[in-house]
Amino acid sequence: MMSMIKKLLLIVSLLVSPALLASGGGENLDSVYINLADKGSLRRGAHTFVNYCLSCHAASYMRYERMAADLEIDTPTLVENLMFAADKPGELMTINMASEDAKAWFGVVPPDLSLTARSRGPDWIYTYLRSFYRDESTPTGWNNTLFPSVAMPHVLYEWQGLREAHFDESHGVSEFSGFEQIVSGEMSEVAYDEAISDLTNFMVYLAEPAKLVRYRIGFWVMGFMLVFIALTYALKKEYWRDIH
Amino acid sequence: MSLLNWIDDRFPLTKVWQEHMAQYYAPKNFNIWYYFGSLSLLMLVLQIVTGIVLTMHYKPDADLAFASVEYIMRDVPAGWFVRYLHGVGASMFFLTVYLHMFRALLYGSHRHPRELIWLLGMVIYVALMAEAFFGYLLPWGNMSYWGAQVIISLFGAIPGIGEPLAEWIRGDFVISDATLNRFFAFHVILLPLLLALLVYLHIVALHKVGSNNPDGIEIKKNKDKDGIPVDGIPFHPYYTVKDTFGVAVFMAVFLAIVFFVPELGGWFLEKDNFAPADILQTPPDIVPLWYLTPYYSILRAVTFEWLPGGAKLWGVIAMGAAIVMFFFLPWLDRAKVRSIRYRGWLYKTFLMLFVVTFLMLGYLGTKNPGHVDIFWFKNLIWAQIGLVIYFAFFLLMPIYPRLDRTKPEPDRVR
Amino acid sequence: MADNINNGRRRVLTTVTTGVGLAGAAALAVPLVASMKPSARARAGGAPVEVDITDLAPGQMKVVEWRGKPVWILRRDETMLLELASIVDDLSDPNSAVVEQQPDYARNAHRSIRSDVLVVLGVCTHLGCAPSKNFDKGVASGLGDDWVGGFFCPCHGSKFDLSGRVYKNVPAPTNLEVPPHSYVSDNRIVIGIDEEEATA
Repeated sequence: MMSMIKKLLLIVSLLVSPALLASGGGENLDSVYINLADKGSLRRGAHTFVNYCLSCHAASYMRYERMAADLEIDTPTLVENLMFAADKPGELMTINMASEDAKAWFGVVPPDLSLTARSRGPDWIYTYLRSFYRDESTPTGWNNTLFPSVAMPHVLYEWQGLREAHFDESHGVSEFSGFEQIVSGEMSEVAYDEAISDLTNFMVYLAEPAKLVRYRIGFWVMGFMLVFIALTYALKKEYWRDIH
Repeated sequence: MSLLNWIDDRFPLTKVWQEHMAQYYAPKNFNIWYYFGSLSLLMLVLQIVTGIVLTMHYKPDADLAFASVEYIMRDVPAGWFVRYLHGVGASMFFLTVYLHMFRALLYGSHRHPRELIWLLGMVIYVALMAEAFFGYLLPWGNMSYWGAQVIISLFGAIPGIGEPLAEWIRGDFVISDATLNRFFAFHVILLPLLLALLVYLHIVALHKVGSNNPDGIEIKKNKDKDGIPVDGIPFHPYYTVKDTFGVAVFMAVFLAIVFFVPELGGWFLEKDNFAPADILQTPPDIVPLWYLTPYYSILRAVTFEWLPGGAKLWGVIAMGAAIVMFFFLPWLDRAKVRSIRYRGWLYKTFLMLFVVTFLMLGYLGTKNPGHVDIFWFKNLIWAQIGLVIYFAFFLLMPIYPRLDRTKPEPDRVR
Repeated sequence: MADNINNGRRRVLTTVTTGVGLAGAAALAVPLVASMKPSARARAGGAPVEVDITDLAPGQMKVVEWRGKPVWILRRDETMLLELASIVDDLSDPNSAVVEQQPDYARNAHRSIRSDVLVVLGVCTHLGCAPSKNFDKGVASGLGDDWVGGFFCPCHGSKFDLSGRVYKNVPAPTNLEVPPHSYVSDNRIVIGIDEEEATA
């Protein structure tokens, strides 16, 4: 019987292992530490998100009320500091900008950010927001090494300051070699990375609010299942004494 | 028990219970592979139950579908749990079905006199693939959209009627609201009804003939004076308690995935499907979920332009043939013994090779078709090698018994 | 078959496993059943509604929507208030004895916080129709000589007075429901939040 359990585990591990190998992305992304238990980080991220992202991008599957409850923000704070485009806490985090206007201004409609952490991954967000540089040749005056010719300007440039990118031209191939800080921003590099890390953390929460509860419930369920497995095993063994 | 008598006079309740549970004699030597039939049935029930709940909140409308899934994930109480059960459940259902099918290949459960059980099972398998395919469009994510686009375009390869047929299936020139609506109807009504009926027939046929076992010998040949097979034991309580244990272990694995890794690294829920369907933006890798990728791989492996009718047509034919092969298995396999335990090295080798090939094709099918070296060859070459082995396994099957030396079967199960 | 079957152990194990298994199945059913409760969207739609009654003249009524139901806000004039007492004998529950039909703070002669302002759900307690107002008096109302003004349900003919109290011998069993409500200022009512909660 133990060998049977081992076989089952083997089957499962065989199936899971290629998934682990396959999860690596093609781009070189900086990895970000995600910790949804850090409510302070989530609140700071929420603050950045609402102030800088939520004017052009919506998060139209998320409700302010849910965010406040999950992040332990009280209603007056929510209404005063985090709710600019809504009247009631129960509303969705939509924006007032019409998509036709957005298209006229940016060339594309800024995508909804509710699920970006699931469709692109947290590392992508973290890297993307730290890859902007000054580029006079683009319509916005900004460019991005991770997302070349992106339509979005560097919204957080006051924090990060102004940077230029350097490329090595060799054999006709242009390869990125590094950033150069031209004008320093309000934040040091460490502080900026920290702020983006908080923002990414928040966006991971935003993409799946249920994540906050699912692990907690999961442990109880696993505990129950172990007890149930033990009982059914004992029961099976008891009856099968007739046969063996 | 006057109530039971009252019912028994009007409905054969006790009789059914006796015939199919308490006095249904199953071989006493079932091993781990025999769990997956009952587990597949459990998955069917679970999918129907969670599906009913999801249907209460889901909107089959191209403008609303994606948002309604996120509504389920966020606004509906415990909606995320129900949705993960259903989404992960689809993969778990295929997992149990594949292991259940492999059991037949191991012990010859498809062989005479169980051909009809096998055929019904194969129809269930094909219906299940259709069910999964229709269901996969419903979240209206970008992968849903493009996956459906690609699969339906396959019908366009059929000479003459292809394009009109594809348009008829879509109800439009591209995948659209009309397609979504009809797929919803197929997914929640047509195929579940069909699956329930087929599973019923599958079990009726099984209970007519009786179960095979790991030794591949008929327990009915050896009966005691009361007509009970000496190597049989009543299904209830012995296999009910055993299957309950199987259910407990299986549910623990299933729920662990649901609670801790519902996406399973992209194998069960693909990240491209968290972006809404976009007619202008094809995802970088359009691939079906893992349970369909072996066939997808075969489809892509046919790149021979010199074939009459072109590579596209033959790719579709190869893919269809790969599934149809399974239907002929009871007649292709002519060995004297059923079980792998008494078969020779040739069948053992080929079966192992087939399993490795099936997994390899499945893996290649999840990858971008761009040319990548894997060990010694390009991925395309690997897929083509896989295709050859896949069909060789079936087509050479009538030859193995002539070359293979089988061991004598025992009189009694071990 | 083994001779040493321990039937006691077998029975205990069967009972315990069945019990635990059923508990597990029930636990699995809980989220499935719970998913049918009003969702966050429904609850957001049912959020409290704030109403300004500054421009509501005596004798006038305004209707607002709360949780998808019509809420009547009626400012009764002097005569209306006086007549509330005169018709008590015709009513089936003049003193609001059925406690579920109004919060405690509206369990008084005028069924309201402020004596002149009635806040009541415009949903007939018979089968959920919407009664219509009929403030005419006597014959002009079409509801008999002694009608002093009130509400009349066109579905099955139930009649309510200007406090939402049900008349005798009509199908509706109870008075109209007074929703939880409170005053944020003299002329601003919040429907959906109780008085105690508002002050707490």
